[in-house]
Amino acid sequence: MASPAALAPAGVRRAPARARGPLSRALLTRTSVLPGFDLSLGITLFALGLIVLLPLSAAFAKTATMSWPAFVGAAFSPRVLASYRLTFGASLAAASVNAAFGLLVTWVLVRYPFPGRRIVDALIDLPFALPTAVAGIALTALYADNGWVGRWLALAGIQVAYTPLGVFVALTFIGLPFVVRTVQPVLQDLPREVEEAAATLGANRAQVFMRVILPALAPALLTGFALAFARALGEYGSVIFIAGNLPMVSEIAPLLIVTKLEQYDYAGATAIAVVLLLAAFTLLLAINALQAWARRREAA
Amino acid sequence: MTAPSPPLASRTQEPAWVRRTLIGAALAFLGAFLLLPLAVVFAEALKKGLDVYLAAIAEPDALAALRLTLLAAGIAVPLNVAIGLAAAWSLAKFRFRGQNVLLTLIDLPFSVSPVIAGLIYVLLFGLQGWFGPWLKAHDLQVVFAVPGIVLATVFVTFPFVARELIPTMQAQGTEQEEAARVLGASGWQILRRVTLPNVRWALLYGVILCNARAMGEFGAVSVVSGHVRGVTNTLPLHIEILYNEYQSAAAFAVASLLALLALVTLAAKALVERRLERAPPVTDAAPERASSAGAAVAFDRTALAS
Repeated sequence: MASPAALAPAGVRRAPARARGPLSRALLTRTSVLPGFDLSLGITLFALGLIVLLPLSAAFAKTATMSWPAFVGAAFSPRVLASYRLTFGASLAAASVNAAFGLLVTWVLVRYPFPGRRIVDALIDLPFALPTAVAGIALTALYADNGWVGRWLALAGIQVAYTPLGVFVALTFIGLPFVVRTVQPVLQDLPREVEEAAATLGANRAQVFMRVILPALAPALLTGFALAFARALGEYGSVIFIAGNLPMVSEIAPLLIVTKLEQYDYAGATAIAVVLLLAAFTLLLAINALQAWARRREAA
Repeated sequence: MTAPSPPLASRTQEPAWVRRTLIGAALAFLGAFLLLPLAVVFAEALKKGLDVYLAAIAEPDALAALRLTLLAAGIAVPLNVAIGLAAAWSLAKFRFRGQNVLLTLIDLPFSVSPVIAGLIYVLLFGLQGWFGPWLKAHDLQVVFAVPGIVLATVFVTFPFVARELIPTMQAQGTEQEEAARVLGASGWQILRRVTLPNVRWALLYGVILCNARAMGEFGAVSVVSGHVRGVTNTLPLHIEILYNEYQSAAAFAVASLLALLALVTLAAKALVERRLERAPPVTDAAPERASSAGAAVAFDRTALAS
């Protein structure tokens, strides 16, 4: 066995001989003895640029070639506006339902032991794991007039499949895991002592929940809501089967992009895409801000 | 004389009937929104009997779709592992300017609608696209062909591996790698002998999620595929065609394969999660770092936000 002393000089020697690459020299804010910064960052930037940034910039470049009236005509025609209303409205409703029931599910999963809890916990991620096309046809079969759920709703005069309500159902399914998975770790780490303290000071259970627990969960809950909303905005596969896709009524914005593409109206498709992208990026910034808020809350 | 206050435990816990009601409501919601859609896939698939089911799966077009799905995932997943490892090494082991921006950019594909992911590749490689004329002159086809499907799949799965690896590698710090370096290990040796064994469960976790998405992707692939039966159809696209042709039983039969894949994914994910929870402390500094590992998003991303 080599003695550490024999090996030490090689390591102790600061590595001035080894040339640092341009990325290291330009970007590193703290020197490190570890190698491979230039190579790994180079690969990352190359892949990111080629696979993500260059193609995305093509969308913006394409709309830049359009005149302003042409862009407005393509991105804000009555049919497109109706699709935005449906997409944003149904996404908002679905994300709200997900926030409420997601909180309930998380509370039950974290606080109440019951048989089969581990399996239920694992099943929460089903909407992430199940391909959207499968979810789409399954929900359609379920909510069609002769489906397991649809036939009972039909008795009550409610039609879900092939209506905007179907869009809402599909988006609720798709967004289900987000709230649970963002709130769960925070609720798990919430110290019980705080609740005990509030109870000792005379608060009843409802007061403790509203004044102590809910404020602590708020950042995570809002983040989950925003994530579910963002996912719902762009969702396509699970919606198109159940929506009926009637122009002005049950046609979502992503479907309109596909329709325009099939008509070789690339500019029109891209104009809608840019509007959706800008909405998505705004949400991404909001989510980042929410997470920063959550971390500050945690640190405090 | 005041009445003795009830014991503390009863005041920080809901009464039994409240608990039972909440559990019931949560399970009813999950049953309606998770279990029923899952169950209906298998019920519809077997509606017309096992013969129809097996015939739909063994059909040449279905097998061709399965092959293309495996091919796309077979390329996208290893590629994302390589990129994810590179991204995690640079982002988790070093401090550099623009780190937060880079982290957000890696996550970007998650906020892009799958349909738009397909569209942008059509804009690049389609006949009217930037590289369209060049590709045509060289008799190459990307869009409405297999390369486009693979590219779109790589795009939508881009963040999966990296976002699992980065927090884990960050939480583990750099002491072990630095020790290996000081003892004379080369970069590749450090990666193979120190870093990879430490992050193997996080890596597996990312691969499982990445693979599920790669095999199930529909929107992006739908836009860049020409929907040519037996040639550019993946399993999800094959399901759509069968469904639109009113071959419901066949569509659900193929869908049941993907539903099984989803169940296997969930089971594997749960197993790996347990391993991650039980992962032994990695360094001497582990106890103090473990708390930061708890917040998986410990990575500081405030710069872009504020």
